Amino acid sequence: MPCKNCLQKPVIKLTNSNIQLCKQHFIKYFEKKVLNTISNYKLIEKGDRIGVAISGGKDSLTVLNILNLLKNKTKKFEIEAIAIDEGIKGYRDKTLENAKKFCKDNNIKLHIFSYKDEFGDTLDNFLKKVNMKACSICGPFRRYLLNKKSKELGFNKLATGHNLDDEAQTIIMNYFRRNIETSARLGPLTGIVNDKRFIRRIKPLYFMTQKEAATYAFLKNLSVEFNECPYSNESYRGDVMKMLNNFEAKYPGTKNSIITSFLEILPLLHKHYKNYTPINNCKICNEPCSQEICQTCKIVESFKKVKKD
Amino acid sequence: MVNVFIERENKNVNVKAKTAKQIMKILNINPETVLIVKNNELILAEDLLKDDDELRLLSVISGG
Repeated sequence: MPCKNCLQKPVIKLTNSNIQLCKQHFIKYFEKKVLNTISNYKLIEKGDRIGVAISGGKDSLTVLNILNLLKNKTKKFEIEAIAIDEGIKGYRDKTLENAKKFCKDNNIKLHIFSYKDEFGDTLDNFLKKVNMKACSICGPFRRYLLNKKSKELGFNKLATGHNLDDEAQTIIMNYFRRNIETSARLGPLTGIVNDKRFIRRIKPLYFMTQKEAATYAFLKNLSVEFNECPYSNESYRGDVMKMLNNFEAKYPGTKNSIITSFLEILPLLHKHYKNYTPINNCKICNEPCSQEICQTCKIVESFKKVKKD
Repeated sequence: MVNVFIERENKNVNVKAKTAKQIMKILNINPETVLIVKNNELILAEDLLKDDDELRLLSVISGG
């Protein structure tokens, strides 16, 4: 059976439908759906100065590529790229090379910040010293640096490569861990209220599946090397991802239903949690947090203790 | 036999099958997690394969 729109050979069968598309029509479909997400959820406004968080992997370069095309076409907003070097040998060094090359080829300014410069050592080395899971250190550190550095660089929004699979996993993880307040901050545009201390994140790939994003990146030659974090297998997210992929294979449309159901209740979550947890400033670093001391400073302090012991 | 490179495991295996769908079933690989590449082009899981075809199953997972 040929492409739905022409006689060319199809490269993908869209999830949860019998629609098959050729290379040209898939790229058109993908870019149109991403642009619709940007427009329907007002992710970008005139005059925005957007930081695009990139790892050099498929999803983030896909976002950077599409936002760069849109920026060049409309000339209504600015973009610069921001990357975090956690210090994961054999993984991040490779993806950062991809990131640097893409930014150089497309004339996009790239800012790189490392755990080594900001927190004193690489993630690989921290893990040799403390008995903690990689994601428990990496998650807070990465979020902290992206927010802090985005403010310093004058960005008013931060675009990420999160796709439909990532969001469905997070929603389920938050349910399983009784963490609904965290889910209230999810969505294509994150955050419940505007607070200058937090840079709001936008997720242009919100309605694109992992497979669609990988297909686009492959067809656009954005990243061909295998790039899965070596620590991802030990994470809770990894288990939820496997579970949802098994469900999707057996019951197509599962992930999409998780997202659409969630978006139906999101306005109610916003209303409920609007004034729920006050935002403090961390007593050590002055960055915003829900407790007296932020999670990042707590981890850094625990590292200092290990050093002394 | 079809020669299959599984990117996530960085290994090659030979499988007797007529489609990538059959191959993924035999190798216990979830179709949601891979792109199927033949001669550097994406193909569908149901496309018919020939003996001595070379397939690459590329992981769709990015980051972690």
